[in-house]
Amino acid sequence: MSLDDLYREVILDHYRSPRNKRKMDDPTVVVELKNPVCGDEITLYLKLSGGVVEALSFEGKGCSISQASASMMTQAVRGKSLQEALELVERFKRMVRGELPASEADLGDLEALQGVAKFPVRVKCATLSWEALRRGLESDEGRVSGEVE
Amino acid sequence: MNVAEIRKDFPILGREVRGKRLVYLDNAATSQKPRCVIDAIREYYETYNANVHRAIHYLGEYATAAYEEVRAKVARFINAPSERTIVWVKNTSEAINLVAYAWGRKFVGEGDEIVTSVMEHHSNLVPWQQLAKARGARLRFFRMTPDGKLDLSDLDQLFNERTKLVAITHASNVLGTINPVAEIARKAHEVGAVVLVDGAQSAPHLPVDVQALDCDFFAFSAHKMCGPMGVGVLYGKEELLEAMDPFLFGGEMIGSVSLEESTWNEIPWKFEAGTPNVADVIGFGAAIDYLQSIGMEAIQAHERELVAYAMDALEELDGMVIYGPRDERAGLIAFNYREIHPHDLSTILDQEGVAIRAGHHCAEPLARWLDVPATARASFYIYNTREDVDALVRALLRAKEFFSHVPR
Ligand SMILES: Cc1ncc(COP(=O)(O)O)c(C=O)c1O
Repeated sequence: MSLDDLYREVILDHYRSPRNKRKMDDPTVVVELKNPVCGDEITLYLKLSGGVVEALSFEGKGCSISQASASMMTQAVRGKSLQEALELVERFKRMVRGELPASEADLGDLEALQGVAKFPVRVKCATLSWEALRRGLESDEGRVSGEVE
Repeated sequence: MNVAEIRKDFPILGREVRGKRLVYLDNAATSQKPRCVIDAIREYYETYNANVHRAIHYLGEYATAAYEEVRAKVARFINAPSERTIVWVKNTSEAINLVAYAWGRKFVGEGDEIVTSVMEHHSNLVPWQQLAKARGARLRFFRMTPDGKLDLSDLDQLFNERTKLVAITHASNVLGTINPVAEIARKAHEVGAVVLVDGAQSAPHLPVDVQALDCDFFAFSAHKMCGPMGVGVLYGKEELLEAMDPFLFGGEMIGSVSLEESTWNEIPWKFEAGTPNVADVIGFGAAIDYLQSIGMEAIQAHERELVAYAMDALEELDGMVIYGPRDERAGLIAFNYREIHPHDLSTILDQEGVAIRAGHHCAEPLARWLDVPATARASFYIYNTREDVDALVRALLRAKEFFSHVPR
């Protein structure tokens, strides 16, 4: 286990210049999620339309892993159907928890985050944005806020 | 004080972490345990394990005597007037909760005021929030100076005839601030308020004399001072403990019981329902002996010297932000470095065998007051050395290198 397993170049790149990190003017769902243990916060903006995740963006504070994970998520999920997006959430979570080998997870660029599985205390950093997405996709309301344990 | 010899007393310090020498700088969370403490617990289970107070047999009497002897030892350790003022609990948090229920619910009423501060650990804040809600009381807060001390200039307005309780930490687990508790207690007593001191970060590190402080309650945890987890102490003035109702009901805490009614045991046993954590109390006794064999003055001097060395070394690094006062401070330093998130710092330091803590350290309002989502914290104890500080600095430089291509 080495630091390079965790901090892959592509992760540092997303940390350095996060994609889709901005407020959205016309979201259909906004999710605010906080990890009270470490203080990481995310606000995720979703535009859902016709059963498809048309657009995503986020704002937030957190470590390199949480920020990179959110940034990569916004790219990976765009254009997916709600069902596909939920499946992606599941696969991603299982990969970073070490329950699903990256080779079987079929997650593209996101596989760069597989190293998180070797750093159990950092799993929550990686999954915060994904949990926000799950809650947003499953919510019937325009605004969701909460905390992860 | 011979730190090299002290280090040999701690088996865990001999181990490696990730192939590196363990540099343990998370002492504010919990300290490591010397062999004598571990041995005392083992000896108890191997040679005189029995339930206390109730047995009329050799082991029971022996265990009871040993257990009660530690109570007397704790009383001497904080210069309490009598062992009747020492209540066993499981940690600082429970001690404070005990006061919030058994004293607070009885003596705090509608419109009364509870004064506390933004630098409190959640343990010394949340119980008072709950009490205030339950009783219609109001929480008020000390003002702070910009460098993270209490601003005592407006005490004459802050403390008034409605002030029922002042709950304040002796030493901050983030800022390192050491609060002038004796002065606060004197002022609080002028308006008839009761003073509770959270001693979780002071009792392990400096000499404590509860009579000189003149506080009414003092709470601390064994596990932060070389003792085992699962034992804490509530000191309370006799007349207050006498006036309080029990917190938990059941065995041991009763005087006599009929089907309809019961009377309570004397203090301190009135507050100690059920079988206590005898083994760990015994272990705590060994920890106090151990600390006293070194001397609390010597421990304080060692940490002062080390923290000054660490402050100088950390301040050399550019992009370093240190929180809390520059002058007199407890043996810990919270910081942020080059805007590298404390989690990332902690992970990288961990690879170098350096254990620090990252987060809000159970003091979320304080993080908000500092206007940071999180801080990194290095905290020292008797076995830490300048080499440990040097290892911390080296590991920070490694983190800098690692994130150097991340312009922030
Ligand atoms: C200032 C302060 N108060 C209270 C506590 C709570 O101690 P415990 O977890 O042993 O109850 C701590 C420990 O983290 C602390 O640093």
